[in-house]
Amino acid sequence: MIAVNNITKTFDGYTAVDNVSFTVEEGETLVLLGRSGSGKTTLLKMINRLIEPSSGEIRIEGRRTQDGPPEELRRKIGYVFQNTGLFPHYTVAGNIGIVPRLLGWDKEKIHRRACSLMEKLGLPATYLPSYPHQLSGGQQQRVGLARALAADPPILLMDEPFGALDPITRTSLQKDFKELDELKNKTVILVTHDVQEAFELADRICLMDKGRIIQAGKPQDLLFHPADEYVKDFFGDQRFLLEVKMMDPSDHVALINAFNHFKNKGN
Amino acid sequence: MRQESGKLLQQTLEHIGLTFISLLVAILIGVPLGIYITRHTRAAGAVLGTAGVLQTIPSIALLGFMIPLLGIGPLPAITALFLYALLPIIRNTYTGINGVDPLVKEAAVAMGMTRWQRLSKVDLPLAFPVIMAGIRTATVINVGVGTLAAYIAAGGLGEFIFGGIALNNTNMILAGAIPAALLAILLDFLLSLVQRMGRRKRRTALWVLPWVFLLLSSFYMLPLGYNSRLLAGFTPEFMGRSDGDIGLRTVYGLKIRTVVISDAVMYKAAYEKKLDVISGYSTDGRLKTYDLLTLEDDKKIFPPYYAAPVIRKEVLEKYPMLGPVLNKLAGRINDSIMTELNYKVEHIGQTPEKCARDFLAEQGLYKAPAPAVEGTIRLGSKIFPEQYILINMYAMLIRGYTGLQVDTKTGLGGTKICFEALVNNKIDMYPEYTGTALLAILQPAKEDVRRLGGDRDSVYNYVKARFVKEYDLAWLDPIGFNNAYALMMRRSQAQQLGIHSISDLVSYLKNNKL
Repeated sequence: MIAVNNITKTFDGYTAVDNVSFTVEEGETLVLLGRSGSGKTTLLKMINRLIEPSSGEIRIEGRRTQDGPPEELRRKIGYVFQNTGLFPHYTVAGNIGIVPRLLGWDKEKIHRRACSLMEKLGLPATYLPSYPHQLSGGQQQRVGLARALAADPPILLMDEPFGALDPITRTSLQKDFKELDELKNKTVILVTHDVQEAFELADRICLMDKGRIIQAGKPQDLLFHPADEYVKDFFGDQRFLLEVKMMDPSDHVALINAFNHFKNKGN
Repeated sequence: MRQESGKLLQQTLEHIGLTFISLLVAILIGVPLGIYITRHTRAAGAVLGTAGVLQTIPSIALLGFMIPLLGIGPLPAITALFLYALLPIIRNTYTGINGVDPLVKEAAVAMGMTRWQRLSKVDLPLAFPVIMAGIRTATVINVGVGTLAAYIAAGGLGEFIFGGIALNNTNMILAGAIPAALLAILLDFLLSLVQRMGRRKRRTALWVLPWVFLLLSSFYMLPLGYNSRLLAGFTPEFMGRSDGDIGLRTVYGLKIRTVVISDAVMYKAAYEKKLDVISGYSTDGRLKTYDLLTLEDDKKIFPPYYAAPVIRKEVLEKYPMLGPVLNKLAGRINDSIMTELNYKVEHIGQTPEKCARDFLAEQGLYKAPAPAVEGTIRLGSKIFPEQYILINMYAMLIRGYTGLQVDTKTGLGGTKICFEALVNNKIDMYPEYTGTALLAILQPAKEDVRRLGGDRDSVYNYVKARFVKEYDLAWLDPIGFNNAYALMMRRSQAQQLGIHSISDLVSYLKNNKL
């Protein structure tokens, strides 16, 4: 379990994250949703101490992350970047093996692990000796995901992991991601500005604005019981699609309500 | 010839050694310093600024600064080269590491790499081509600046180059310049191969390279000859002249440990007891400044060096009044007057202009510039104070008595450069010395030189006749002083050892072997 308690981060007088608290249960996927500048990425980076908080504390399995060297903390937390962040001078195999090597795994084990991840992520093993620039954007992002999962960390942090991909590649990667058995027991925190993606992947969503959490809850809570106008407006034109998606297909009343709502808004 | 090629090999090895010792030290200090300032950006400006300022100091001046601190020989030369190599290495390390994609750096942090792991696995490998480019630049700079090491008794290919310039010997210049250029190109090429190596090959290279650098550094051997109780420092020019080092060895049988050094620092080095015997000029003001004693040339190997203006005949015919005006100085300045004048400029710090004007006024020769007439005379001079003083006197005389305009081109490097400028109609006149004209320019057969026998008038007449015939250049009347070569020692030391003449020196060395 990850517990974020009263975390604040200020940069030269500008408050990026303002007294935020939430918890993420084991095996849960939490999405930090918000527009750019809402503080969601800063919040994410404080969890593995890429950014140190100005005040507040974060506990993982009850232990404060500030205690102990940050390197050890980071090796237990997978991290996926929007633009891959792959090492250009390492092969695909080399990139996937980075954290296992830091943890001192033997070569044979690292190789087996890399092969199995490649297979699970739908990449041919022949790519292992290739360099990142020889791969397509979608393939690179899959390698980035494999790298984050390589040492089988209990926690996965993802910063707009599908944001730089074209819609078709994105949809296919999201689908594979959702079905990945590797993720079954992992605690995932994912940052996105894409409402569709949030609803597709999240167990729970924290909607953020100006460094604060405006509303946290299950996707349908945000949709059907918005805390305020901001939350309501946030979904905007996509509301109908989201409502349909969230609905129990046998609930006709809800369907008609949703339709009426959409119609009225259209007028 | 065989001896010369042996010398070439030795100087090339010395040159490689000098280049790599200083390069090695510059890498050992520059790369860590470059890494340091990527992490302490506040220090970056100061470090890069300092290294940049060092880079802008002219190389000769930097060597000059080194002498009071480190003396002469290998140490100041290596230090100066090291300082020149520093900037490109620090700067390229800094820009190379800063140029690594910030996302990749952040990814390395996020993977849980420690500082040291990030540096060795991410920053340095990705910055490697840029750092290597800096090392290549530093290498080429070092090979080039390394030629100046010959000025301060540190050896290298500069000995040939500067000897050749002073002796008007093109082959000798090329014997130093071509190997130096080839060396720069070759080393640059070899390092470019390392720069472009793939990652795996590079890892091997990084193990091998330091050893190669160390090996190349070891090529530098201290320039040694005979081991003797006293140490001599001779100019590159003196080393190559038949009336210089060669004459001392053949006629006197002098055997002394010798280093090659520029005359700009030689006198001071003698004064500071870094050298015991030097090859000076007999009218040099520094004789007085540093209390040096001229050893008597009892076997007469140094021919007379009477100074006189050499002028293009064409100019003399075009402006007939010029000859008599320039000859107004003839016979007026003897050795001690010239030494005194040089002393005023070199030691007291008078400008050559003031010194020249005072002297002319004292002699009743000074006249304010006459009304300008059509025409300009271009005067040249070599780069040392005596020539500056003379050229100022001539300029004042021409302006005062003829009204012709004067354009002075002071600071023409050496005999070769002055003489070429005159022959090629870039200047009209410069003061030359009879001995230099004889031995460096005309270079007659040995028998002819012996026949002239060091006699003032016969040398002058011989030189004058051949200059008119072969180059269409006229010698005017000698000014009076004889700025001949001379061996010099500190007065105190010479007196203590009872040395008055070169023969005394030879016998002292013979009787006091190490």
